[in-house]
Amino acid sequence: MTTTQWLRDPTAETTALRRERTRPPQSLEGLTIGLFDIGKTRSDEFLDRVEARLAERKLTVKRYAKPTNAKVAPAAVIDKVADEADVVLIALSD
Amino acid sequence: MAEKLEARYRGGLASRKVEYGEHDDPMEVCFDRGWTDGLPVTPPTDERVLRMLKGTSRRPDEVIGRIPPNLIECTVEKVAINAVLAGCRPEYMPVLLAALEAALEPVFTLHGVLATTYFSSPILIVNGPIAKKIGMNWGLNALGQGNRANATLGRALNLIVRNVGGGRPGEADRATLGAPSKFTLCFAEDESDPGWEPLSVARGFPRGVSTVTLFQGHGVEAFVDQKSRTPEALTRSIAMSLVKIGHPKLVQSARAVLVLSPEHYAIYREGGWDRKRIERALYEATIRPGKELVAGADGVGEGVPASRADEMVPKFHDDALMVVRAGGSAGLFSAILPGWLAGRKREELQPVTKEVRA
Repeated sequence: MTTTQWLRDPTAETTALRRERTRPPQSLEGLTIGLFDIGKTRSDEFLDRVEARLAERKLTVKRYAKPTNAKVAPAAVIDKVADEADVVLIALSD
Repeated sequence: MAEKLEARYRGGLASRKVEYGEHDDPMEVCFDRGWTDGLPVTPPTDERVLRMLKGTSRRPDEVIGRIPPNLIECTVEKVAINAVLAGCRPEYMPVLLAALEAALEPVFTLHGVLATTYFSSPILIVNGPIAKKIGMNWGLNALGQGNRANATLGRALNLIVRNVGGGRPGEADRATLGAPSKFTLCFAEDESDPGWEPLSVARGFPRGVSTVTLFQGHGVEAFVDQKSRTPEALTRSIAMSLVKIGHPKLVQSARAVLVLSPEHYAIYREGGWDRKRIERALYEATIRPGKELVAGADGVGEGVPASRADEMVPKFHDDALMVVRAGGSAGLFSAILPGWLAGRKREELQPVTKEVRA
């Protein structure tokens, strides 16, 4: 005799969606580069240096920041980045 | 038996059925599915989940909130399933639901606590009559193993983050080393002395109301002083251990819980010191000359900027210490639960207390 046994799923019952990665641009010429400060200590100093290096190459840079590394970025900040920047430099943190 | 009949004839659970073969071991199915924290879990059968749901008057489809990191809505039913996994009894459900609500308050920053490279996870401190009602431990070995409510409540909250929120080590959880307290760290406060103001009352709840307080931290650092006999001496002594949190030269970044044992508490009580006086005195006793703390002092790179050399520098923000009473009657030991080193913007990161409702 075969009995059907089951457990109840404790997870969110979601399935990961596979998406094609956006291909990196061949060149940064003419693009707006977003520099995203995640709020870690001294990350602003690091991004100042990156901005200066990009400015030497006459590239367009916009700066963004989230208030604290302890929380995810507010949706409004993410939307602004998505609207304005073609590529974004962001570090992984909390 | 009632749940068996209910499961067979009424069902009513919304969560997906995960079928397994008659020769499979359900314990191993749970491991294979990635539902555990590394220790075995109780398989969530319909009967067990239905029984767990009897521990709360809230509807199974009520959404408690969105669980990070994936920000997935979590229903009371999902809480119950994870409570089964963790080994909870149904009567723990009100505490678990309150703990989850506390964890989801924005100032608790649950996403950050999960994702941090630091050692922290939610620590649960229970106050009020519910602690006794569900048989929690605030006495001997209160921070250790052996009590079902203490052990499984903390575990259940962490399993909800893992299973519903998708927060797993090596993925969104980036802890460099982690800590054993990431399995569970939950205890009750000793409220046996009517002269002591319980943590819940200090945090704005009336006496007699059950609460759970969540703190972002890890455990446990030992504090030993068997010779100080006055509140002043004991305070200076505890301060010597408190300043070591994270690093002796790191300041104003972590909160801390001091778990005061009965024998240490007796010294304060005999001296007429109450909670506020102890917490204030510890804050003041942990203020040190900046010149000892600057980067490079004593040949140690870590430290505060040189510009603070002439200041008197507090180790903590003035609201960062919480004293909680617990522990067995013998032993001039207390415990420090160090908080997450993310308090630079303290208004954005705070412990949270919620009332436990049936």
